[in-house]
Order: sequence, then structure tokens, then C-alpha cells
Amino acid sequence: MDSAHSNRDIYLRNPDQRLVKVIVSGPFGVGKTTIIRTLSDIPPLRTEEVMTETGAVVDHLDGLKDKTTTTVGLDYGRMSLGDDLALCLFGTPGQKRFQALWDDLTQGALGALILADTRRIADSYEVMGLIERQDLRYAVALNLFPDSPRYPEEELRAALDLAPETPMIACDARDRRTSLDALLALAEHLLAVPEFEQQP
Amino acid sequence: MSRRLIPAYLWTGGRTHPSRNVLDRLTVLRAATDHLPSDLTSSGRSVLEILQHGALPLAEVAAHLEMPVIFVKVLVSDLFDQGLLIVRAPAPVESDAKPDQQLLERVIRGLRALQ
Ligand SMILES: Nc1nc2c(ncn2[C@@H]2O[C@H](COP(=O)(O)OP(=O)(O)OP(=O)(O)O)[C@@H](O)[C@H]2O)c(=O)[nH]1
Ligand SMILES: [Mg+2]
Repeated sequence: MDSAHSNRDIYLRNPDQRLVKVIVSGPFGVGKTTIIRTLSDIPPLRTEEVMTETGAVVDHLDGLKDKTTTTVGLDYGRMSLGDDLALCLFGTPGQKRFQALWDDLTQGALGALILADTRRIADSYEVMGLIERQDLRYAVALNLFPDSPRYPEEELRAALDLAPETPMIACDARDRRTSLDALLALAEHLLAVPEFEQQP
Repeated sequence: MSRRLIPAYLWTGGRTHPSRNVLDRLTVLRAATDHLPSDLTSSGRSVLEILQHGALPLAEVAAHLEMPVIFVKVLVSDLFDQGLLIVRAPAPVESDAKPDQQLLERVIRGLRALQ
């Protein structure tokens, strides 16, 4: 048995704590695992999702016996905002073949934080395509690396095809303060822009 | 990402569908009893054991036990039907309601307090 079971710190602070889902996504190697580790106040976890070979999400176990399936590991972290509320962060891969997983995971989510790497902006096109198809509002966090080129904001917004009201802020996924700033930008955006106004 | 067959233990002596489609990754689970029946499957027992010390969301139980989320949903359905688990939707109100202003203000306050 996993030694974590005896560690009381893994449990909810209170069984009535309200849990709110936030999606974290972005291209390969952009810092999804890192930012979830930075923000989580429980040891970060990996949840396993099962998909069929055609990319459908498996939602029951019928007929799966002997069928080849694919498992996808998602980074997961939880941060308590007091005893009554916690944000649950689901690191979701940003590739088109995970469309069905996106449709499923984004159910009931508050919003999404999309990480981008300015050294390879074109890698973000797939995830931008995915998020645009969801009924889910988002903010873009530019995860800055030492060799990241600094482009003018307008150029980056145009490259990512962002709506004028979509927040775009810089962060360092290893750093708690700037990572919190990115989440805060998302939450403030959700409050400021009612859902019905953001649809194109 | 890995390709593999779902292990055979997933089919032993249980249903294949979650009986409740209200089960979500963030459904909060608690043990209803500290008495574990002797006829539990080993996976069902693991779920109840980890919940002896506190409440956890379904996805976290799955992660700790290194079991796929869908499998834990099915297990949890069974355990709930046997009266062994207490389950609660992620939010006290309907979970699919659009985020309300009060919740967002609470999130913002909470994040600012951590800064
Ligand atoms: N300098 C710098 N390095 C970072 C930052 N964020 C992540 N890294 C490093 O970049 C690498 C990739 O980060 P991950 O967090 O693993 O990225 P990921 O998005 O989870 O990657 P995949 O899961 O492979 O798609 C790691 O070696 C991190 O340590 C950052 O903000 N600044
Ligand atoms: Mg990763």
C-alpha cells in the first residue's frame, strides 16, 4: 500500500469543501507539469484516463475486454483557498487528438489557463484551436524561459489570434507568485466578462 | 502515454457501468463505515481503506491507487450501492450551473490572500 495513505495532508480540509475545476493546457514541454507542481498544496498527482484507439473517451467498461486502449496521464494538483473552497487543476494535453478528452474534462470547469512558449509560438496553434471550440473562457500565460524572445504584445496576440479582452500575461511556471498572478488574471477575466459577451 | 490492455481484474465480479452518471472526477467520497465487509474485491477494499482517514475527490482516489478514473467510477458506484460510501457532488449547488459572481469573487479573494 502506498505510504501516502497514512499522510493526512492528502485529504480535503473539510468534506464540504467546494471543489472548482480549472484546466491547465498548452503544447509539449511548455511547463504544465511545472506550474501545477508550483501551485498545488497537495503533492501533485497523475490521474489516468482511458481512451480508445480512435480517441473516444471510455466512459464504461463494456466490451473493452481484449480491446487495445490508450491511457493518458493528466497532471493534477489542488490548492485550497480557505477551508470552504479549493481549485482543482487538471493538466490537459494540448493536442488535437485529445479533442474528446477535452470535451469531457471541460464539463463544469470554471475556465482554462493556456500556457504558451514564445520561442515556439506555432506549437500553440493546436491548443488554441481546441480551446476555441470549447464553451470555456481562458487566459494565456506566457511561460518565459531565459532565451525567450520578447515580442511586442500586439504581435503575440495577433499570432495567437486572441480576442482583445483575453488576458495575456507573463509568468515563470517555477515561481509561485507569477503563477498565482496568472490564475488571478483568469479569475478576474471570468468575473469581468460575462459568458454571453465573449462569444464571437 | 502508453498502450495496453485494460487489466483483467477490471472485469471480475462487478458491473461495467457507473450506476450513477452524477459521478464526476471531483465528486467527494467518504467512507460510510469503518467496518469493511469480508466479501469486498481487493480494489473495492483499497478505495474504502484510503477513505478511512478523510474525504477525497474521486480523481484523487484513482491517482493514489494508480487506477484509471473510469474504473474507480464503476467501483464507487458499487460501493455506494452497498451503502459503504457517502458521495457528494463537487459543489454544494448543482455542479453544471454557470459560475456565479459570488464564487468568482470568492476565488479572487482567495488567490489574493495567497499572494
Ligand atoms: N526557465 C524556465 N524553465 C521552465 C519553466 N517552466 C518549466 N520549465 C522547464 O521546462 C521543462 C518542461 O516543463 P514541464 O513542466 O515538464 O512541461 P510540460 O508542459 O508538462 O511538458 P509535457 O508534459 O512533456 O508536455 C522542464 O525541464 C521545466 O523545468 C519556466 O518558467 N522557466
Ligand atoms: Mg508534463
